[in-house]
Amino acid sequence: MNGWTDELTRARLHVVTGKGGTGKTTVAAALALALATGGRRVLLVEVENRQGIAQLFDRPPLPYSEERIASAPGGGEVRALAVDPEAALLEYLDMFYNLGFAGRTLKKMGAIEFATTLAPGLRDVLLTGKVKECVRRAGKTGRHEYDAVVLDAPPTGRVVRFLDVTRAMADLAKVGPIKGQSDGVVNLLHSGDTAVHLVALLEEMPVRETLDAVAELDAADLRPGAVFVNRVSPPRLPARSVASASEGRVDANRIRAGLASAGLDVDEDVLDGLVEQTVEHALRIRMEQRAKEKLAESDLPTVELPELTDGVDVAALYELAEVLVGRGVR
Amino acid sequence: MNRLDVDALLDNPETRVLVCCGSGGVGKTTTAAALAIRAAERGRRAVVLTIDPARRLAQSLGLGELDNQPRRVDVEGVKGELHAMMLDMRRTFDDMVWQHAGRERAEQILANPFYQTISTSFSGTQEYMAMEKLGQLVERDEWDLVVVDTPPSRSALDFLDAPQRLSTVLDGRLIRMLSAPARAGGRGIRKIVGAGFGLFTKAVSTIVGGQLLHDASTFVQAFDSMFGGFRQRAQATYELLRSPGTGFLVVAAAEPDALREASYFVERLSAERMPLTGLVANRTHPVLAPLPAPGALAAADRLERTGDAPLAAAVLRVHADRVAVADREKRLLARFTRAHPGVPLIGVPALPTDVHDLDGLHEIGRRLAGE
Repeated sequence: MNGWTDELTRARLHVVTGKGGTGKTTVAAALALALATGGRRVLLVEVENRQGIAQLFDRPPLPYSEERIASAPGGGEVRALAVDPEAALLEYLDMFYNLGFAGRTLKKMGAIEFATTLAPGLRDVLLTGKVKECVRRAGKTGRHEYDAVVLDAPPTGRVVRFLDVTRAMADLAKVGPIKGQSDGVVNLLHSGDTAVHLVALLEEMPVRETLDAVAELDAADLRPGAVFVNRVSPPRLPARSVASASEGRVDANRIRAGLASAGLDVDEDVLDGLVEQTVEHALRIRMEQRAKEKLAESDLPTVELPELTDGVDVAALYELAEVLVGRGVR
Repeated sequence: MNRLDVDALLDNPETRVLVCCGSGGVGKTTTAAALAIRAAERGRRAVVLTIDPARRLAQSLGLGELDNQPRRVDVEGVKGELHAMMLDMRRTFDDMVWQHAGRERAEQILANPFYQTISTSFSGTQEYMAMEKLGQLVERDEWDLVVVDTPPSRSALDFLDAPQRLSTVLDGRLIRMLSAPARAGGRGIRKIVGAGFGLFTKAVSTIVGGQLLHDASTFVQAFDSMFGGFRQRAQATYELLRSPGTGFLVVAAAEPDALREASYFVERLSAERMPLTGLVANRTHPVLAPLPAPGALAAADRLERTGDAPLAAAVLRVHADRVAVADREKRLLARFTRAHPGVPLIGVPALPTDVHDLDGLHEIGRRLAGE
């Protein structure tokens, strides 16, 4: 399947995951910009203390508050939030127990890290709890404060554990405020309001991890959204030449003649190098084709994003967002 | 640029331990395996400790069986020997408990639900156990080179911090305060935080539940007697990492994120006075044909206009793409070198296909050595 679906348009929480190195933070940021296009307000959230969003937008580290980080074409805006589990726990304790100053002292003692270590699930419940609060928060006009929330989630290997709040709660108290809060999180994450998107590259390992993650999400009753195929570079060779070139059969004489007709006379070294590069290119195309076929097994909507040879800066994020809008993302 | 000489490193009998570290997805496991094979080919008795290898890579190293012990890998035409193993973190932890506690106490610890949590889902356990296993392999003295992969952590630095973090949890000061705040020095701290502490205890037990707190407290009491032994071992491994026979190789892709992570790592290693051997810039795309890109692009435009030589035009486009990628990679690596001029560096050209067999690893070994 190609492109964005109406079902995805209805989602309000977009969780973005992917194998390490696939560009998940970049895709999450571009998705936030795309969703904000045309005057909407979107919150981009990170949860792993990496400050990846700040680095991507070339800004100083984000505080624990929702900061405006970019304007989207057509009057929209993207705000960003780096959720820190310690701050979330303190906020939470403060809400229910008025802990205030003592909470800060305990933080200095390392007691907060200790509590989250004692029950690893607690950390995830706090982080997803904060995300839920942002998704559900009402704005001044009675509508939601954010039209959409994009979560730069942990990588595929850890994402299901992270989102499976029901399982995490098995470690925790069966009654009390945290139970009530986590029930709300479970409802949100398993509803049509949430879609879990996967970022993949057209290589064997990322594709396999993507398919594994889809199966794991299904098993945990979480809804896989779209697959973002990142860093797709254009195939340069005529389709009919790919198979033979990938087996090393490239007609060097024909290339030499073609180059000469364009006024380029090359020596043997250059010609050998060009042939080798062409063989590698053909091998990569073959590998990408196989990866695409394999990815199709997931039967999820796919959205391709181009490779940016100059690297990713803020301008490139807008470029990727424009591509996403062109693919139907809204 | 200061070039990293991998063969000289592997041939030096003083090199006893190589630690491959770096952020996730940069090819640490593959690099570690390729280094061990290269070392074995050059006559060393090498063992590689992998953490979480891809399935096909594991199979190619004969790691189908999970027994937490190194196994000999048959490689044709190898002068030395290659052994490989995959870390089983739970089993390593269990073994440590058996070794340090009496039988009865060990059983008690292993059955505690809190131990299950700590030994499987505490975020530093994998790092801690990897270092413990490394210590064991070196102690056994059956290999003259141990190559170790590090876990795919959130941050490349986690494995240096993990023993300390686990210690904080296990040394039990806080846990004792929480479960029995009247004893165990709790009073002093209560003075500092005042009434807030009672509230905090209440809050924590409301959140994590009284049962878990009780389990944790029994666990810490049972663990107390072994704690000294654990800490001693962690300290010994730390000293091993700092010893002259050890070298750290930071593995990175020629991408901004991976190199930023590599920079943090380099700075951290030097702060801890750990021996940094060099940076492996993985999967680079050097230009193979010395032909300037602008001329190639102009010629491709001319050929595409006439439509006469589509193959030659495509070859020129492939070349121009490659020059653009290579230039970006060179820029990124030059920036790294400017920030860390003393760090030797080797670029490892990408293989056009995935690597999951011994031939592929052998080829990566050649590329690591700059052949």
